[in-house]
Amino acid sequence: MYPQEFLYTKEHEWVRVDGTTATIGITDHAQKELGDIVFIELPKVGTHVTAKESFGTVESVKAVSDVYSPVNGPVSAVNTKLVNHPEMLNTDPHGDAWLIQVEPIDRRETEDLMTAEEYEAYLEAGASH
Amino acid sequence: MTRKNSITQARTHVTRNEDLIFERSSPGKSGVDLPALDVPAADPKEWLGEEFYREDVDGFPEVSETEVIRHFTRLSTWNYGIDTGLYPLGSCTMKYNPRINEVVARLDGLATDHPYAPESLVQGCLRVLAETARCLKEITGMDAISLQPAAGAQGELTGLLLIRACLDDRDRRRKYILIPDSAHGTNPASVTMAGYEVRNLKSNAQGCVDLVELDHAMTEDVAGLMLTNPNTLGIFETQIREICEIVHAKGGLVYMDGANMNALVGVARPGEFGVDVMHLNLHKTFSTPHGGGGPGSGPVAVKQLLEPYLPTPMVEESPEGAYRLNYDRPKSIGRVRAFCGNFGMAVRALAYILAYGPEGLRQATEDAVLNANYIIHQLQDAYELPYQAPIMHEGVFSDRKQAARGVRTGDIAKRLIDYGFHPYTTAFPLIVPGAMMIEPTESAGRAEMDAFIDAMRAIAVEVEEEPDLVRKAPHTTRVTRLDEATAARKPILCWKPSGEAAEGKAKS
Amino acid sequence: MRYLPNSASDRERMLETIGRKSVAGLFEQIPEVLRLNGRLNLPGPLSEPEILQFFRDAAAESSRDYVSLLGAGAYSHYRPVTIDMLLSRGEFFTAYTPYQAEIAQGTLQAMFEFQTLMAELTGMEVANSSLYDGSTATNEAALMAMRLTRRERVVLARTLHPEYREVVRTYGHNLQTEIVEAPYETSGQIDLAELERLLDEKTAAVVVQSPNFFGVLEKIPAIAELVHRSGALLIVAVTEPLSLGLVKPPSEADIVAGEAQSFGIPVAFGGPYAGFLATREKFVRQMPGRLVGQAADTEGRRGFVLTLVTREQYIRREKATSNICTSQSLCALAATIYLCLLGKHGLRALAEQNLSKARYAAEKIGAVAGASIPFAAPHFNEFVAKSPGDAEELLAALREQKIIGGLNLERFYPELENHLLICVTEMASKEALDRMAEVYGTQAAGMQTRPARKGAPAAVASRD
Repeated sequence: MYPQEFLYTKEHEWVRVDGTTATIGITDHAQKELGDIVFIELPKVGTHVTAKESFGTVESVKAVSDVYSPVNGPVSAVNTKLVNHPEMLNTDPHGDAWLIQVEPIDRRETEDLMTAEEYEAYLEAGASH
Repeated sequence: MTRKNSITQARTHVTRNEDLIFERSSPGKSGVDLPALDVPAADPKEWLGEEFYREDVDGFPEVSETEVIRHFTRLSTWNYGIDTGLYPLGSCTMKYNPRINEVVARLDGLATDHPYAPESLVQGCLRVLAETARCLKEITGMDAISLQPAAGAQGELTGLLLIRACLDDRDRRRKYILIPDSAHGTNPASVTMAGYEVRNLKSNAQGCVDLVELDHAMTEDVAGLMLTNPNTLGIFETQIREICEIVHAKGGLVYMDGANMNALVGVARPGEFGVDVMHLNLHKTFSTPHGGGGPGSGPVAVKQLLEPYLPTPMVEESPEGAYRLNYDRPKSIGRVRAFCGNFGMAVRALAYILAYGPEGLRQATEDAVLNANYIIHQLQDAYELPYQAPIMHEGVFSDRKQAARGVRTGDIAKRLIDYGFHPYTTAFPLIVPGAMMIEPTESAGRAEMDAFIDAMRAIAVEVEEEPDLVRKAPHTTRVTRLDEATAARKPILCWKPSGEAAEGKAKS
Repeated sequence: MRYLPNSASDRERMLETIGRKSVAGLFEQIPEVLRLNGRLNLPGPLSEPEILQFFRDAAAESSRDYVSLLGAGAYSHYRPVTIDMLLSRGEFFTAYTPYQAEIAQGTLQAMFEFQTLMAELTGMEVANSSLYDGSTATNEAALMAMRLTRRERVVLARTLHPEYREVVRTYGHNLQTEIVEAPYETSGQIDLAELERLLDEKTAAVVVQSPNFFGVLEKIPAIAELVHRSGALLIVAVTEPLSLGLVKPPSEADIVAGEAQSFGIPVAFGGPYAGFLATREKFVRQMPGRLVGQAADTEGRRGFVLTLVTREQYIRREKATSNICTSQSLCALAATIYLCLLGKHGLRALAEQNLSKARYAAEKIGAVAGASIPFAAPHFNEFVAKSPGDAEELLAALREQKIIGGLNLERFYPELENHLLICVTEMASKEALDRMAEVYGTQAAGMQTRPARKGAPAAVASRD
């Protein structure tokens, strides 16, 4: 169920790397844990995001979750459609409901992230969230 | 003979679906008739001029007094109150609100005196404040008290500002406040507003403060500890003295959240525990009404050390027995609210204390604790009790058994409504997964508690046999579960003559 | 004890059920050294008639036989009996915060109506369901503006209620907020040139009150233009919202915060009252306090819920928009009932009566030789008067006529010696106002035969 081409964090973000561009989203597990997503706060294009630091928040009716960046670099694109339709995050978390793109990044920074198999095993083992 | 009738289909009476008052409006009506003006009428347009004159207040309703009475009476019937039945909402202390309190708070004089009236003309109000303060000091065992904070959360903030003012007088090194992970969310929010940072303290296996953890966390840059006692699990922190000693040894101060004072009144006094400052919730422990979410009142009581920092003004009594407000307090943190706080709540709290007297207050505490133990004891086999320590005025179950069937604490709470009870507190404290926090208070009678216990046990059976019945509850209310997600995504916060709000009406 | 539903035998049976010998055993978890020995030193128990007597005695030592001309943030208006009749329904006043929406639709719908009324009245797009009072609402507005602008400096008009300013200072003290005050000019309004000078790129908000503490209306559009040019937000505080029945709403403001006490809430020696906070829709996620929103149930019926709760302390904890945990629901309900009773026309008619009475009183005083109305800008039901002689002596003479003549402004504004802040609502009769004017006249007459106490010759103190 978790796409092979993505890498994953322990905080339940996914990242897809194409060349020097990283596309970042939250995993299906994360959206399920949160429930109905009602609001998403994302940085502006040009903002520098820092690995392991929060760059935005995702809100459900009764919870708020920080979203942590897996990489360092400037935000090159923001999914504005998602901001207006936060419910997309419940229906298509691994596709149209990506959050931001960061470009350029240093690919080596993603080496510590989990593969799909590792992430599934991590969930299996009862990941904390 | 048959009569011609335009009603072709039976419908529920309009009381089941009262419109918004704006939708009941029609031009030309008013619910008040003013007395005739006894001075020459000023022309507002002339006096205010074009610059300031308002032509119209759009959107205000036009309804008669009769319609206003019907409207709000109907709305009231959709509410569940303490007067309706058992209200075991944990940590909220939903006890009976005595009627005499409402009567005395509305007496001419007490309800009409102005806060800036000359002190010689408001001795009655000042005496009520002074006597309330004296009683609350006696009950808490503290040295001084301010009745100014408007609610518990403001009491917390005030207490933290007192700590900060005192410690800043000594040195300015301290930046953090320790808070156990079982604390209410208001605690960390208040800490932030006081300009401190929160450091969380992990509870031990018994749900209490871990002394080793505390000793480790209590460093020289920590201003103090904020703890609730009994804590949010209803467990008394038996090592409270040692806790205070650890904090004091490092130069910190201890704040006690008095939200759970209903377990202690007449039985034990925080002033003897070693705490330096605490707040009370008059709307919990001292029976002032919750009012559907306020007004509250959150007096802050302190040890002598913090007295100079209390907010201005303070009520004082002269040797001749006259009362005055003292504004001249150079070390004070200032004001947290205009005037003298929620005076009307002090009247009610004092009436409560007077009604019970010292032995009665102790009896109320004993009943509150006995009632909680009575309920918790009889539900232990149906619901999981994650912490086994003896409890005081409330207890917290986990929904773990029921969650295995896909039913969560919030669902069970909703199902309780069908049985005629107000739900317990859900999902708090955070250290209990799927928390179900039950506080019957002394106002719960045995027969009603038996009915509640039966209901809780019946629901536990339903969870096994017919979980969907519980998951979709309530089934007996005016509205079923509301779509909170859509409400939050596209908030509609005001009525508009047309548009979104009107669409809702069409469906109802 | 009459409030307790369990009898001694109930308690016995309950102890038996839980397998305990005594109630004392339930308290053994409290270490013995911490348990109270003996009984509390408290009065009581009192029966109901005794309680009534106790508070009647207290109420007798009050100013209830006086005509009060005090305003300054707490206003005496007539309260239709309907309000207390409805508030006294147990379903309203013994309910908790409406977290369980299905059994709290009464409170929720009423709060939605309150929000609508306040937004309408203030000319804003959204309003919350109330805060503690006007002073804390004003402070919350300032904190909100700092979050929105990410700036940390606040300019307070000196004509903002002095106790409101104190509250902002108390809250700002530990948050590194820089607070400065903008002076007033001879009209009694904020000095626009000085305000412009005080604005800079660090300023988060300017707080003005209208009608201001002197009762004078502020030029909101001009102030807003200056404030917005510097990138700051304009907060308008309103302590007498009845004025909005006749006065243009401060629609140019970014946040309108204030006190709803005038709307059917008793003066009650300062509280409980109900603060309100209204703003533009785009700022809603930085608003403090409870918000009620419309929602549909599973059958498509309209209902109401607490919404946008992720702003609040019980979810966001230390990152919440405020530590506020409650509204003033019952007081806001009183205001809602009051405004529904008055309605569109009643509100206006009542506001006109207040304006007329205040005008009448001001003219009466202004006609007294030696007295004056120093601030020329338009006012609503409050105004400043300079007394012919010593203000305290005048107030004492008025008290002999069973009139509380107003607030001596010197208490908060040392430069305004012998200036009184006078509030005239519909509660003051013409007869009382005439009596008041006579006392002014008497003092003025006395001034002609002796010099004013602080050395100014009578001619200088008189009206020009």
